[in-house]
Amino acid sequence: MKNKSLISIDDYTRDDYLEILRVAAEFEKKPVQNILEGVVVATLFFEPSTRTRLSFESAVSRLGGKIIGFTDAASSSVKKGESLKDTILTVSNYSDLIVMRHPLEGSARYASEVATVPVINAGDGANQHPTQCLLDLYSIQQTQGTLENLKISIVGDLKYGRTVHSLLMAMSNFNPTFNFIAPDELKVPEEYKRFLDLKNIKYEEHVDLAENILDSDIVYMTRVQRERFADPLEYEKVKNVYILNNEMLNGTKDNMKILHPLPRVNEIDEDVDENEKAYYFPQALNGVFTRQAIMTKILGLK
Amino acid sequence: MKEQKVLSVSAIQNGTVIDHIPAENLFKVISILNLENLSENKMTFGTNFISKRLGLKAIIKISDKFFEDIEIDKIALVAPHAKLNIIRDYTVVEKRKVSVPERIVAIAKCMNPKCVTNHQQVTTKFTVIDNNSKVDLKCNYCEKITDQEHLEII
Repeated sequence: MKNKSLISIDDYTRDDYLEILRVAAEFEKKPVQNILEGVVVATLFFEPSTRTRLSFESAVSRLGGKIIGFTDAASSSVKKGESLKDTILTVSNYSDLIVMRHPLEGSARYASEVATVPVINAGDGANQHPTQCLLDLYSIQQTQGTLENLKISIVGDLKYGRTVHSLLMAMSNFNPTFNFIAPDELKVPEEYKRFLDLKNIKYEEHVDLAENILDSDIVYMTRVQRERFADPLEYEKVKNVYILNNEMLNGTKDNMKILHPLPRVNEIDEDVDENEKAYYFPQALNGVFTRQAIMTKILGLK
Repeated sequence: MKEQKVLSVSAIQNGTVIDHIPAENLFKVISILNLENLSENKMTFGTNFISKRLGLKAIIKISDKFFEDIEIDKIALVAPHAKLNIIRDYTVVEKRKVSVPERIVAIAKCMNPKCVTNHQQVTTKFTVIDNNSKVDLKCNYCEKITDQEHLEII
């Protein structure tokens, strides 16, 4: 992993995932250290993403590193018409590691080809967001004690949700059984089902939420986004179908935990927040430890 | 007596004949092989010939030009059934088929409007995925698939 960019979840192997999770657990025990002293991390956010940016910056700050960068393209030289290549080459001179969020798909891969320092993709359009996936894996392992042989229900927008596709690819290394719960318009794309078939991973597809989460170890909720629907009427039909409420948790397994990449809109009722099965806020905290692990591994400091 | 005018497309002494090009893709093949910049070679392009297999086909004859495999395989995207006859001293000395390469660089356009290659000066790169004998291209940048139907040659 040393000096290697992290652009796509399949840049890492199963062993790499486990190594990141091992180091993340170390940081969870001791999140404040001076391991990044003298290190400059550039956070280049060509579109705003407060949650992801703060998580990275918190991770760097707690390890004694310094941060340079910008929080949206409007406040950077991009506005003057500078090419991505020039921005990346320039920032390479000023930093040891680049964390980048960009609205164009494939921009992070391109940046990693141009940069003279490693690049971490913090989201390139609808394509990839690998650090989110690794923190999801960490959260699953922390709550279940293992990644192996779990029953994972994934709910909501399974067609466009990039976190869903990454999670599916990464977890397929650990013999899961997937339970896909989505309206017909937002089912898992054929190419991913083909991938699962090739790997002999079991999955079921359902439309109804409540009756299909009873035997799950993990319920991974996602947002059904209005802009995904060509026909607004279709959105109106399904928008309130996938709302998880406290009552639905009756009869679910004791070890079951609810994850969500956040931000949540209305797909998890606030009455669920008090339930001990709700894990989406600790999940966000895990993002800090996981990103500490990823950055220190790439910099060769762990 | 009026002399009958016949357009003669003579056989070539040395060179390459590319046959079984789909007629609609003749100009794409010319562009991919960069033939417009070959100023020394005599060339003949014929198109809209009847072909049992392709409907209408095109043919290219180029004198004194022999292609490397890597060069010719680039046309597999637009002329997957093309056949090459290598001519020496008016005789076909070798026949070759094109084969689809594993990687495609700087030829095709990614069909994803949000792909970085359509907004910045990035050379396109694709990995070829064989999807039931149809050629699908997976963009090395945005990771989206461009299928044959939407294939656009740059």
